[in-house]
Amino acid sequence: MMNILIAGVGGQGTLLASRVFGRYAMLCGMDCKLSEIHGMSQRGGSVVTHVRIGEKIYSPVIWEGGADMIIAFESLEALRVKHYLKKDGILLVNEEEILPMPCITGAAKYPEDLKTSLKNEVARVHFVKAQARALEAGSEKATNIVMIGSLCKLYGFDKEKMKRAVEECVPAKFAELNLQAFELGYESV
Amino acid sequence: MKELMLTNRAIAQGAYEAGVKVLSAYPGTPSTEIAENFVKYDGVYAEWAPNEKVAVEVAIGAAVGGVRAMACMKHVGLNVAADPLFTVAYTGINAGLVIAVADDPGMHSSQNEQDSRYYARSAHVPMLEPSDANEAKEFVKLAYAISEKFDTPVLLRETTRVAHSHGFVEIGEREETPLRPYVKDTSKYVMMPSNAIGRHVVVEKRDKEITEYFNTLSCNREELTSEDEIGVVCSGVVYEYVKEALPKANVLKLGTVYPVPVAAVARFAKKVKTLYVIEELEPFIEDTLKAAGIACIGKELFSLQGEISVAKIREKFGVQRAENEGVEAPAKAPARPPVMCAGCPHRGVFYVLNKLKLTVNGDIGCYTLGAVPPLSAVDSCVCMGASVGMAHGFKKARGADAKNVAVIGDSTFLHSGVTGLINAVYNQSGITLIILDNSTTGMTGHQQHPATGKNLQGEPAPVVLLDELCRACGVKDLQIVDAYDVKGVEKAVKNAVASKEVSVIIAQRPCALLDKSKKTAVAVKDCRACGICMRLGCPAISMGESGVKIDPIQCTGCGVCVQVCPFGCLNKA
Repeated sequence: MMNILIAGVGGQGTLLASRVFGRYAMLCGMDCKLSEIHGMSQRGGSVVTHVRIGEKIYSPVIWEGGADMIIAFESLEALRVKHYLKKDGILLVNEEEILPMPCITGAAKYPEDLKTSLKNEVARVHFVKAQARALEAGSEKATNIVMIGSLCKLYGFDKEKMKRAVEECVPAKFAELNLQAFELGYESV
Repeated sequence: MKELMLTNRAIAQGAYEAGVKVLSAYPGTPSTEIAENFVKYDGVYAEWAPNEKVAVEVAIGAAVGGVRAMACMKHVGLNVAADPLFTVAYTGINAGLVIAVADDPGMHSSQNEQDSRYYARSAHVPMLEPSDANEAKEFVKLAYAISEKFDTPVLLRETTRVAHSHGFVEIGEREETPLRPYVKDTSKYVMMPSNAIGRHVVVEKRDKEITEYFNTLSCNREELTSEDEIGVVCSGVVYEYVKEALPKANVLKLGTVYPVPVAAVARFAKKVKTLYVIEELEPFIEDTLKAAGIACIGKELFSLQGEISVAKIREKFGVQRAENEGVEAPAKAPARPPVMCAGCPHRGVFYVLNKLKLTVNGDIGCYTLGAVPPLSAVDSCVCMGASVGMAHGFKKARGADAKNVAVIGDSTFLHSGVTGLINAVYNQSGITLIILDNSTTGMTGHQQHPATGKNLQGEPAPVVLLDELCRACGVKDLQIVDAYDVKGVEKAVKNAVASKEVSVIIAQRPCALLDKSKKTAVAVKDCRACGICMRLGCPAISMGESGVKIDPIQCTGCGVCVQVCPFGCLNKA
């Protein structure tokens, strides 16, 4: 049983990332459920998608303390969902800060030095400059695939199957770019 | 063949396999993807209707006309469609009719969390509720069989967590259903009192027969473990949570939520020591069981508000978690509410409304976000189309003292705003109505509507012209402005508010997300940090130590900030 939580900001590509894991489950012949939220929260709000892979899956939603891995596409979102992680789970964070509106208007303050506090709290936390690596591959839109590459190595997913899953989930003309992004992510951790 | 698919797509697949020929819907989260997926199949007809009432009427017409038909909507859409629903329950159908409705416990993207199951009960229409994608597909086919067996429309209910989850679905073949003969039968299809009195008798009789049928139907399934003394009655996604949280409990999984198969529950209740009902929102099943004299525990444990979860069930039943305790919850994390996108054409309009200190009767769509700081422009949001009627009522209440305007989107105006406008003209309130025309149904993910020039198939379609429609309603004072032209919008709003007549302003600009062309970001030079552009609440603008910064990735170069900067420090390249 594997529970993967993907947290980000609306528009960062969390839905595509979850579908790559879904495809991976299919290639492995495992049961899988994904849960996502569409609509209002997608307009720049916090978004969380859930991926569950195993022999037989019931709930499509992961519970607090139940995630084996969390991919956070943004640092504050990592903070927001960290309690979903098992104590020995992997937290993979994209080192990017996107100010939420309350911080832009000055109503709230973006937490300082999130990296240090996450390091102190989560034993298996890893940071990747995924956006920069994605740009190296050719497009910042591949940030999500960089993260999947990194997680693939950290958790020890079947690399060839995961690459195939990526290839089958992205538009054909961007397959090469995304596979390169995947490799860059894989090498970044 | 198995495929991992979204439940809403699985419902479309089920409709396809069931031989459905006509589908009509209005977009609404979390139901939208049913129509979007169904239209992709060969040999079917699907459309966006201007609202849910029309969608249901279209589906009734198609079903009476002899083909299997479906209408889809979110929970609040069923309020709009309630009128035809209650009476098609009387007429019955010819070929099968299924109405798919998606509830939103927890209000992920809705203005209330009403429980659609009460519609099934009060209209006397059977309702099925699947738990996951594969079951949703199977239940669609079952729903058509029930519809035709009992000559009734059938409701298919899902909730957000079911609608927007993926699961493996077994793909089947389409069962071609021949066109049924249409036979004129006024006593069945013309619901005037003399006929309806007779049909009401039929409805009551049918309800009893369906209850009997559901009591032995296999989708109401006992899962006995003999390891535990408790029994749980549940349906929908809650079944999945119960299996996760209480693996040893005996479970009665209900696939039919109306009529509740009371005899089946009574049989199950005898096999367990304590009976629990776990359901989201209202105590719908619980009340039915209690009324039938079946003792059970339900809402003593669980709230009427929000979603149920694995964690909540574990907590209530004192289940210790097998896995490690999780990482600690954050003490405090700044909220990240949804915001209008960078380049959103609504932003400049709300900036003007806020600046002019007008009361704004808002409506349902992305522009509801005009209520949040720093724009803080919107005063009310009730339901689709309410902006216009409320603005009229507000004016009637406060007379010359009322400095209010109504703001509505193009799709919402066609959905149910236009009748409010007719009322305002007819009853002479002199309101100002601003139609934010972004040429799409934005919030639900960019669906076509009657004023976009395209249909659900993406093919060219006749355009309902909003200005001509307003003029035909009797509006004489009508202005069309570019939503990005802040001065132009301000001038138009001032003119309209000063006018004693009903005034309409159509603020045009396509949704910023539709334009995929490469943009040139706004440049900052010698910023004096006055903070006026910060009042726009644009996610691309932030205040740095030496003045504002513009994120070149997010900025679309719409130029609204350029116009509000009093010192000319922001410039379009």
